[in-house]
Amino acid sequence: MGHIQTENLCREFVNHRKKKDEDGKFLPDEKVSVLEDINIEVEDGEMVCLLGPSGCGKSTLLRIIAGFDKQTSGSILIDGKEITGPSSDNIFVFQHSGLLPWMTVWQNVELGLRNMEEVEEKRVEIQEYIEMVELDGFEDHYPHQLSGGMQRRAELARALAVNPDILIMDEPFSGLDFLTHMKMREEVVNMHQFLGKTILIVTHDIDDALIMGDRVVVFSKRPSQVKMNRKLDFPHPRIVFNKQTELSQLRDELFLMLGVSYAV
Amino acid sequence: MITETHSTLTKSIAPVLSFTVLVLVWELTVRFSGWDTNVLPGPYKVLVSMIELITTGSLFKHTVASLFRVTWGFYLAAIFGIPLGIILGRSQLASILLNPIIHFLRPISPLAWIPLAMLWFGIGDQPAVFLIFLSSFFPIVVATTVAVRSINPTYFYVAANFNFSRKEVIQKIVIPAIIPDIITALRLTVTIAWIVVVAAEMIAVQSGLGYLILDSRNGLRLDYVMDGMIVIGLIGLYLDYIMRRLGRIESASWGIGQA
Repeated sequence: MGHIQTENLCREFVNHRKKKDEDGKFLPDEKVSVLEDINIEVEDGEMVCLLGPSGCGKSTLLRIIAGFDKQTSGSILIDGKEITGPSSDNIFVFQHSGLLPWMTVWQNVELGLRNMEEVEEKRVEIQEYIEMVELDGFEDHYPHQLSGGMQRRAELARALAVNPDILIMDEPFSGLDFLTHMKMREEVVNMHQFLGKTILIVTHDIDDALIMGDRVVVFSKRPSQVKMNRKLDFPHPRIVFNKQTELSQLRDELFLMLGVSYAV
Repeated sequence: MITETHSTLTKSIAPVLSFTVLVLVWELTVRFSGWDTNVLPGPYKVLVSMIELITTGSLFKHTVASLFRVTWGFYLAAIFGIPLGIILGRSQLASILLNPIIHFLRPISPLAWIPLAMLWFGIGDQPAVFLIFLSSFFPIVVATTVAVRSINPTYFYVAANFNFSRKEVIQKIVIPAIIPDIITALRLTVTIAWIVVVAAEMIAVQSGLGYLILDSRNGLRLDYVMDGMIVIGLIGLYLDYIMRRLGRIESASWGIGQA
């Protein structure tokens, strides 16, 4: 379960900064359209990467899907049902750490399992997810005692422990150093192949999208519309672009689409 | 923030050194100012009188009396102030209703309440406790409200995402998130409580360090006055030490810089 469908989804924000007209009278509040007629469908178990210029509303779309925000018009259905609010079926992984800093890694992972009655079963399960992200030995550490990469992994473990239908990741690799970024990317791909959950990832990194995505969706500048929606039917691991000409061409095309003429 | 790290030995010797210099400057001032020792008693005279007050037991009695009042007033302020601050921080309605009253009462010096406190509570511990309560209550309420409002909104999204109940939001998000700020607020407030207890004891009661200071002034025993001041300073130093220790609790250490 993890099918998402949007129909003519729009989101407007009201700009509360007062502007005056020529006579010095206040103009009515200006509306800023962020998402305009977004129609996308995400299949169950698909990993979709969302690309687009900064401020184009990718994160807004994620927040609407997570139930943190509401669309102005249009509809969005998850498994055929309207979203009523946040739910542990759709877990959001935050751009900057969403771990609760006053709880240890163990306690954070426990959040999604806190209502389990069988104590021993719960303990085993928490341990399992902590080991899955290779944080065994760090159960009693607080987030600020971990490196950036370890924090992301801990948050991933917490998200997976609830067994959600959909994982929503807002720039999950931002702020990580180059090697940690590569490793995390690999881990997310492996995790996706292993668990087969629907994953939505907002990213600025075209290579992330090409290497990870089952599908890549490109948004235009605000007001955002879908500029490209392409399935990526390439086997993993997709490391070397120049051996997969089609991916390499697509990469150039994406760079051009996002305003970079001579990509390295 | 101080980034240099010094050995524990240096850390324990340094304060001794600075206090030694302070006493030395004091002694030199006494010697070369030409003032009468009854007006400016020197360190030795003060030490002798301190021993005198300790052996008669009166210093202990006064200190306990003051500590008793500060503790009660301060605890009551925290017990009522922190929950009220949380309510004001979380509920728009409560804050619209109550904030004007709080900010109206806040700037009124607790000392202005002394006449009323004496009429309402008579002479004894109660008016002093009431004044200390007043002095600590408003700063604690305001600090708590600000702390609650400045909680990173991400944590509330996390709570919603994991289907937290309202009770869980308070228990697992709000309270732990504000603890570092609360510790800082208490650290600052306890100082205000001490300032007020001395003033209150000068007027409303017959015991306590404030009374000792006032009574000694009336008897022109400035060495006793200084004894009172020194004890207050030492207790302040110790309370601050305890408060800083609180900040080292591991689950609260994420938000507290050492200062």
